[in-house]
Amino acid sequence: MNPAQLEPPFAYLDSQTKRMIRRALLKAVAIPGHQVPFASREMPLPYGWGTGGIQVTASIIGPQDVLKVIDQGADDTTNAVNIRSFFQRTTGVATTTHTEEASIIQTRHRIPETPLRAGQTMVFQVPIPEPLRWIEPRAQEARRMHALRDYGPMQVKLYEDIAQHGEIATSYDYPVMVNRTYLMSPSPIPKFDNPKLHRSPALMLFGAGREKRVYALPPYTDVKSLDFDDVPFRIEQWNEACAICGATDHYLDELITDNKGTRAFVCSDTDACAKRQQS
Amino acid sequence: MYVAVKGGERAIQASLALLEKWRRGDKDLPEIAAAQLVSQMGIAVDRVMAEGSLLDPELAALALLQAQGDVLEAVFLLRAFRACLPRLVRSQPLNTNSMTVARRISACFKDIPGGQLLGPSADYSQRILHNQIHSRPVLPTPSEQGISAGQPLARVTDILAAEGLLFSPEEQAQGPHDITRDPLNFPAPRSARLQALSRADEGFALSMAYATQRGYGDTHPFVGEIRAGWVPICVRLCDIDASVTDESEVAIGEIFLTECEMLTQFTVQLTQTEQAPPAFTSGYGLAPGRCERKAMSMALLDRSLRAVELGEPVTAPSQDQEFVLAHADNVEASGFVQHLKLPHHVDFQSELSMVKNLRDIAHRKAPNQDERSE
Repeated sequence: MNPAQLEPPFAYLDSQTKRMIRRALLKAVAIPGHQVPFASREMPLPYGWGTGGIQVTASIIGPQDVLKVIDQGADDTTNAVNIRSFFQRTTGVATTTHTEEASIIQTRHRIPETPLRAGQTMVFQVPIPEPLRWIEPRAQEARRMHALRDYGPMQVKLYEDIAQHGEIATSYDYPVMVNRTYLMSPSPIPKFDNPKLHRSPALMLFGAGREKRVYALPPYTDVKSLDFDDVPFRIEQWNEACAICGATDHYLDELITDNKGTRAFVCSDTDACAKRQQS
Repeated sequence: MYVAVKGGERAIQASLALLEKWRRGDKDLPEIAAAQLVSQMGIAVDRVMAEGSLLDPELAALALLQAQGDVLEAVFLLRAFRACLPRLVRSQPLNTNSMTVARRISACFKDIPGGQLLGPSADYSQRILHNQIHSRPVLPTPSEQGISAGQPLARVTDILAAEGLLFSPEEQAQGPHDITRDPLNFPAPRSARLQALSRADEGFALSMAYATQRGYGDTHPFVGEIRAGWVPICVRLCDIDASVTDESEVAIGEIFLTECEMLTQFTVQLTQTEQAPPAFTSGYGLAPGRCERKAMSMALLDRSLRAVELGEPVTAPSQDQEFVLAHADNVEASGFVQHLKLPHHVDFQSELSMVKNLRDIAHRKAPNQDERSE
């Protein structure tokens, strides 16, 4: 076979595959927070690099879309650059770094600081879609627990954290209840971003390529981070402000700026940081 | 003040340029052609095709060259390539009884109908590195007369089964599962398990199989038969074109396969029939190309994974479907292990905040213990 004969189709995947993924996504939207199996394909980027998100984006993107890709909140990190260039090459769609301009935002590990609006779609790259994985590694058993809403062991784990450390020691990929029905992994976003999932006007799609699962939060879905009546959920807080834009309400990355270990704090969301600088 | 690092795009381009330079190596030496690999490094090409799930020696060789001989990277290139190929037709089941064998052996019987045929094998060689051409041993002119002319050869397991000495599972009503079209779900039917094992990483399959021999789920295995050779691939024209009513099969080519059947410990406690007399059980291995080590490992693992079906206690990882099958694919495993190289500073930041916070709590509880670090 001559490889030159095989120019990949629009957004790399053939239309049969994209239809199969869209069918799985429709089911996922219909059952918020429930993991739907799909026949994940090998993408030209490695598993773990965002193949689930890439397949979701590839199956929903059209020529009119405007795509934003972030990794760790930033548009210019190497993996975001690579995924953006993949879609530029295979679709030719317009890309942007501005959250407001994007119709599709593919992300790894962050939700933008700029509030999302109706009509926008967030696509999350998910490494481990199963929130119960660290409690029950067997997929068969975890599926049974979801079916019976047998989520007691997760509450027990959080309680054990409090008993041992005085606080719930999960800082990212913090489990949430969706519509009071399904326990869901929000993907490894910091818990700082969890409140942004609650009743978001944007459609949230989650893709796990290696684990072959998609799930979704339709707009305005109730999403509650697990906690206890007497130990409510809290997000990270910093005593510092961003060294570039001065924001105190953004998620901050800590940087070591010299060999003496001097620290500086800057926004993880490069777009929100730039926008604040200009205003 | 710190200026956030920019220019990921230029860094990637520069890195790729350097990678290409290192790949090409010394320009005073001629570049290796893909055809040379196909011809002279056929077993490496075969492995890339088997684990890449695509039968195309030329492309597999190209992948190996692009990956600088990194077999797993070559497998990945081939998988990504095949992901956008359309599925045109499903062939008829291959019949390995009609194999034109290049090699066929049994360890269970001194002689078998059709004979033992060593074929091209290093099994009985002395592993001495021939560091110079002239130190290669002088060998007779090879003949290909040993290769069977394609007359059907009865399988050792068929002969045992005819005597009732081999436990045969019930036929599955539905057709084979295809893990590239329907994701693997647990418990997986045997056809899905076999497909996953057939394209599993050879190293992983080998080590898991080895563990069964060392007591982690032992099955008392014997090589019933190994055969390797060419098998015709047949399709029905009516499966390609719905307007054709002709259901006859047409051979569209042939494929080189290695097949292994392990005869394993007998069973008396069958769940279906209480009265069944003792009979051997078996494990099955099959993969494209010359891949005896892989086919044997697969047969051992197939048998181990039949523990539940055969009413055996599941005590070892090799008997546990989720443990074996969820971790056997090297494209998945390699990607996920190596994704740790990607930036994780947002998650690390939240862990950092958390640790500091927990230390504060611990310090408030027992203020004296931590003074030396203040």
